Amino acid sequence: MNPLRLFHKSFDHGVHPAHLKEQTCDLPMQRVPFVKEYLMPLGQNLGAPSKSIVQIGQRVRKGELIAEAAAFVSTTLHSPVTGTIKEIGDFRNFDGNFVPAIKIEADIYATQQSDAGNPIEWQSLSIDEFIQEVQNAGIVGMGGAAFPTHVKFAIPEGKKIRYLLINGAECEPYLTNDHRLMIERPEDLLMGAEIVRQKLGAEETVIGVEKNKPEAIAALRQHIKPGDPVRLVPLHVKYPQGAEKMIIKTIFNREVPAGQLPRDVEVNVNNVSTVVAIADYFERGRPLIERIVTVSGPGITYPANLIVPLGTPVRELLRFCGGLTDATQEVIMGGPMMGRPIATLDSPITKGSSGILAFTAAETSRRKEYPCISCGRCVEACPYFLNPARLARLSRARLFDEMVNYNVMDCVECGCCTFACPSAIPIVQLIRTGKDDLRTRKETPA
Amino acid sequence: MNAKDPELLLEHAPLLQQGMSTPQAMRDVIYSLVPVTLAGIWFFGLSALLVLVVSILGAMLTEWVFSSAENKTESLWDASALVTGLLLGLTLPPGLPLWMAFLGGVVAIGFGKIIWGGLGNNLFNPALVGRAFLLATFPIAMTTWNPVSDVDGFFMVHATNLALPFMHVEPDAMTSATPLGLFKFEQEATPIINLFLGNTSGSLGETSGLLLLLGGLYLWWRRDLDWRIPASILLTVVVFSGILGLFDAERFPTPLFSLFSGGLLLGTIYMATDPVTSPITPKGAWIFGCGIGCLVVLIRVWGGLPEGVMYAILLMNAATPLINRYTQPTVFGRGKERS
Ligand code: SF4
Ligand code: SF4
Repeated sequence: MNPLRLFHKSFDHGVHPAHLKEQTCDLPMQRVPFVKEYLMPLGQNLGAPSKSIVQIGQRVRKGELIAEAAAFVSTTLHSPVTGTIKEIGDFRNFDGNFVPAIKIEADIYATQQSDAGNPIEWQSLSIDEFIQEVQNAGIVGMGGAAFPTHVKFAIPEGKKIRYLLINGAECEPYLTNDHRLMIERPEDLLMGAEIVRQKLGAEETVIGVEKNKPEAIAALRQHIKPGDPVRLVPLHVKYPQGAEKMIIKTIFNREVPAGQLPRDVEVNVNNVSTVVAIADYFERGRPLIERIVTVSGPGITYPANLIVPLGTPVRELLRFCGGLTDATQEVIMGGPMMGRPIATLDSPITKGSSGILAFTAAETSRRKEYPCISCGRCVEACPYFLNPARLARLSRARLFDEMVNYNVMDCVECGCCTFACPSAIPIVQLIRTGKDDLRTRKETPA
Repeated sequence: MNAKDPELLLEHAPLLQQGMSTPQAMRDVIYSLVPVTLAGIWFFGLSALLVLVVSILGAMLTEWVFSSAENKTESLWDASALVTGLLLGLTLPPGLPLWMAFLGGVVAIGFGKIIWGGLGNNLFNPALVGRAFLLATFPIAMTTWNPVSDVDGFFMVHATNLALPFMHVEPDAMTSATPLGLFKFEQEATPIINLFLGNTSGSLGETSGLLLLLGGLYLWWRRDLDWRIPASILLTVVVFSGILGLFDAERFPTPLFSLFSGGLLLGTIYMATDPVTSPITPKGAWIFGCGIGCLVVLIRVWGGLPEGVMYAILLMNAATPLINRYTQPTVFGRGKERS
């Protein structure tokens, strides 16, 4: 279709934001010191929130189960520190809403060393037992969506997974957490991938990494032994290369049909951090209690890649990084294209937090909006081949039902259209308005 | 707690934006027109400059009068009225009475843009609306072409330029037919090199194919223009007139002549590609361009007028909403062929 496909493998459309990874891409991961209090929201994953099984005053060890899965599409939580349960109640989440959470006071006398857990004999597990173990480990997709990983491994009868795709694209600007992980822990990454590949019965592991991470590609290549069923694919640098359906299109040239899942084209996709978490659990018996977070952006004094216990308040991370500069206006959780603004710095790092980015007026001040001049840049940017200009116009006119005819529900809010628009129209927000309206009316039939 | 806790904004992602803005795109159009404009003035003398200035004035004044109070200066800054006035001026004969040029500018903005609801809502290209109005109202003045002025004549202002409004105008003694007119009515072909450089008679800004192409290249390089539209128009014209030439090389112009004569390049590069009035979808752009190309050749060869670019573009402008509707891209994962 697109003649450029001959020169570089990629999905069609998309945009090319500046990479902006220089600040942190060469900084090794460092462990943040323990702080006094940790806050574990019960709903850190997509799906049902976990159910607390602890009482106030109870002592917990690092890695101990503190909340169990409430349903199949739900997962477990473990204490990130040794300490005492201080409060269970509603606390502000990063978006400002109150959510149920467990507050843990760290024991200042405990060593906070991980109890060497017991490796799990994964080779002999049946697929069902394996899925149960992944749920016990509390592992979710760590690229940002936080979808419980074990659910992805439950392949319905009659379907088969041929390829395990490890997503190391990391296409969001600024973020380097996956990049560092690939450089510093390639063996664990390959180990985790191998575990999943064998358990799912996939033929081959394919690792996709954007070409702007040559060190990561080199590190992985060095550790892939000849004869391993592992293929490393350097990817064209384009946003949103790391979106599940896009990376599948890029590598296998297959489109996941709208409303279906990667498994419908025989692929299972996992983020690199997720497979490292799987290796941690099966090789060392350590459940998911910490993650890598990139703290960066023009408003951060000392940008860094940090190994952060879950539940650490954002404020403490920022403090560790020298605080915010005076020019800071906004702090984002996630990347600059799809991340969400943080309303309160007391909110914690959760399983899906890939980055904390601080921005100054240069990024946050909106350009003056002009009328849509039908230039078509948004149409040529949308990787899902929607017509964002049309959707924005319909949303402005409050013709939400008409938006359905233009497949508004297929929009993944990747932000390419707003990025590309020369008239600075907040297209994604207008689309969100339409979606919200459609959803609420669906839930409350008139 | 020594971490600063500023009043945090909650501006939504994406926080990054590419560099191009709509006013910048308009300014690019103006920059790209500088050589063409200078060439027009060089070839047609001071008269040309006056016509341009006056039609720009007409356009900008109308924009200023009709824009809302709080938006007055802003709407001039987005430069779209300037672009419209300039483009209109470039399609006018250099000897046109100045009051007509002014009126053209007023109509272009008033009827071409303001009554539709302002920038982004108009169906037809405003500059061409202005020109169509002038051609319909003042057919003689709009088809009286002055020859390229010689060096001495540079500062000479045509008598017709200064005609008073609504007075009868004696046509200038010195007139000459355009290359298209010569070909149509006298079967006389103008050398291609003249068409390429621009020293032939015609509208102010349409004569130099070379400079128009350079302007187009600049816009393409700046990504301000959908390359599909010029590509499809020019391709269609070449192929269509080439086929006609196979039947009767005497009667029909050669493809090269078709490309470089008349307002084809000016219209193709600057009016057909007006984003507002051309289709938004890539597939639509191809259809739009092919439609214009066919219409141009049809009107030129079989129509009563020597030139047809303006009508071709206006007709396809009218078809744009329909084209948009039927060329919606196939949404990802909803294609018929499940690869
Ligand atoms: S946000 Fe939605 S409409 Fe905009 S580019 Fe992404 S998928 Fe397309
Ligand atoms: S990019 Fe902006 S101005 Fe261009 S068509 Fe899309 S919404 Fe309109």
